[in-house]
Amino acid sequence: MSFNISFPDTTFENKQRSIEEFFEISLELRRDIIKSLFLAKSGHSGGSLGTADIFAVLFFGGFLNYDPKNWKNPNRDRFILSVGHIAPILYATLARAGFFHPSELATLRKLGSRLQGHPGLDANLPGIETSSGSLGQGVSIAVGMALSQKYLDKTDNFTFTMTGDGELEEGSVWEAAMAASNYKLSNFCWIVDNNDCQIDGRVTDVMNIYPLQEKFEAFGFDVVTIDGHNYSEIISAFTKFKNNSKNSEKPTCIIAKTYMGRGISFMEDKYSWHGVPPNEEQAIKALEELDKLDAELKKSNKLN
Amino acid sequence: MKYKSYGKIPTRKGFGEGLVELGEQNPNIVVLGGDITSSVLTSFFRDKFPDRFFSIGIAEQNATTIAVGLALSGKIPFFSSYSAFSAFRNADQLRISVAYNNANVKIGGGHSGVTVGPDGATHQSLEEVAFLRTLPNMTLIVPADYNETKKATIASGNMFGPTFIRFGRSAGESFTTPESEFIIGKANQLTDGNDVAIFACGTLVWEALLAAEELEKQKGIKARVINLHTIKPIDYEAIVNAAKECGAIVTAEEHQIHGGMGSAVAEVVVKNYPVPMEFIGIQDRFGLSGEPEELMQYFNLNHQTIFASALRAIERRDKGFDKIRKVIDFNK
Ligand SMILES: Cc1ncc(C[n+]2csc(CCOP(=O)(O)OP(=O)(O)O)c2C)c(N)n1
Ligand SMILES: [Mg+2]
Repeated sequence: MSFNISFPDTTFENKQRSIEEFFEISLELRRDIIKSLFLAKSGHSGGSLGTADIFAVLFFGGFLNYDPKNWKNPNRDRFILSVGHIAPILYATLARAGFFHPSELATLRKLGSRLQGHPGLDANLPGIETSSGSLGQGVSIAVGMALSQKYLDKTDNFTFTMTGDGELEEGSVWEAAMAASNYKLSNFCWIVDNNDCQIDGRVTDVMNIYPLQEKFEAFGFDVVTIDGHNYSEIISAFTKFKNNSKNSEKPTCIIAKTYMGRGISFMEDKYSWHGVPPNEEQAIKALEELDKLDAELKKSNKLN
Repeated sequence: MKYKSYGKIPTRKGFGEGLVELGEQNPNIVVLGGDITSSVLTSFFRDKFPDRFFSIGIAEQNATTIAVGLALSGKIPFFSSYSAFSAFRNADQLRISVAYNNANVKIGGGHSGVTVGPDGATHQSLEEVAFLRTLPNMTLIVPADYNETKKATIASGNMFGPTFIRFGRSAGESFTTPESEFIIGKANQLTDGNDVAIFACGTLVWEALLAAEELEKQKGIKARVINLHTIKPIDYEAIVNAAKECGAIVTAEEHQIHGGMGSAVAEVVVKNYPVPMEFIGIQDRFGLSGEPEELMQYFNLNHQTIFASALRAIERRDKGFDKIRKVIDFNK
């Protein structure tokens, strides 16, 4: 059996949306992840799928200020993917936001591609703010950008970053946390993809990082713990951050409880999917599952 | 050719198996995990000796210095991660706490070089030889294949002192045997010849053997291929003899040309017996995504390049430096 893979050129605007619309966008992002990773024959399915709902809200719900046509605009908000190996979700998101043509997703991880296995600034892909892939570094880069926005450029922009939860085992991550609250970076929003999975197993078993909420609070953050697949909770977390940034001097941390591989039955909550792509049979099955969810959504008549 | 390939086996498998053998021989062997135990195959040891395995998480700095604490308590700790993170993230720890203390810590640098493949530049460590060989007390080994990695792992556990073993992810040709000699610090001469010397390490040793075969077949040139598996301490005798007896040298490695094995050989050559040298390696740039085989060709890390470089080194020896080029551009 062989099947044709194509990437429709749908793009989505960045605006206030209904729950159903976010769900539809997240399905498209998940399809892109499955397709691009299948074609790449290597790469990280688990974390990419698990964070698709957060990416859908952050990039397409009016929370992140960007302009794909003029993406280097100095007055943009920044998003730094510290957990660089889940690049497939960032690439899918940027493509669907119009930073580059979605067909380029087919080149992921291939020789000469702008879609490097881990984001590479030298590959000149629009929307990529920094190289990342050595865990623990992106979050400090993000602190540097927030510092620049708040004290040097004196703009009203925000910096968002996403780290993994295994990534929190890197000590420098906590140096970043300390600096963010020391400098009262209320324009700084740190999302933790708390799937409790990393390469060797459950985060708890590899190196216990908990309790997280209390740790970030002790480091001087406003902390919200949410279900990272519940759009209402994601929306209210980002809304709270925006409010906090006006009323509080604290940086914000969103601990998003997620499932690795979310959306695909045979991948869900399995750490073995951290760093492998679907094979052909698995890709077909995964796309079928996503299509089924899509059909149910359309049948519910809640989309306009 | 005298050597044949016994098939493709990843060098990291030799590391994993070597650790298990060491563990059986010596109860002081301890292994620290950095969340990629099944990538660098310290998982073999973990499954066999769970009481002597400690998961440290994704924390290479901490793991390196915890290893120092264990070493200063009489244990023989091995810590391994991708070379990109077990040689660089912890560079300060390696310098001060490991090397300066002369602590008996063993570090494995897996997934080194461009043969990591599609993960791309961030994971393709191409600089660690340059850094590690400048550290006093450090022993640095870059084994050529699966069997040699296993032997290097066992030998490093049986010697005292900080040691770094650099190995890869992909399956490379396996051509040394369990019986062939491996002594830390002693280069292995694989072919006899006095026309040109080819020093290689890691994945490039097999390519050097292929190049030597072609040189003989096509040009009647007898090349001396030397597997320089230990970069520190370096085998002065093998290098000086090669310079004197061959008069032209090529070095080949899956690493930056600046500061790598070739530079180490050049330091010995220039001081003792200067002869023309050609350097094969990564030419001062970062890696990129692609399949391992594809990248080796893209970066000219192959027997064809070794072949051409050997001819050039011989030409420079025979015609004299000045006749070829006024200034020899190191990078071209
Ligand atoms: C400094 C560093 N050490 C090790 C690695 C190898 N590595 C890549 S992903 C990963 C696990 C990350 O776990 P987590 O942050 O929870 O991400 P998830 O598995 O949930 O996607 C590790 C150890 C790395 N990329 N960088
Ligand atoms: Mg995780």
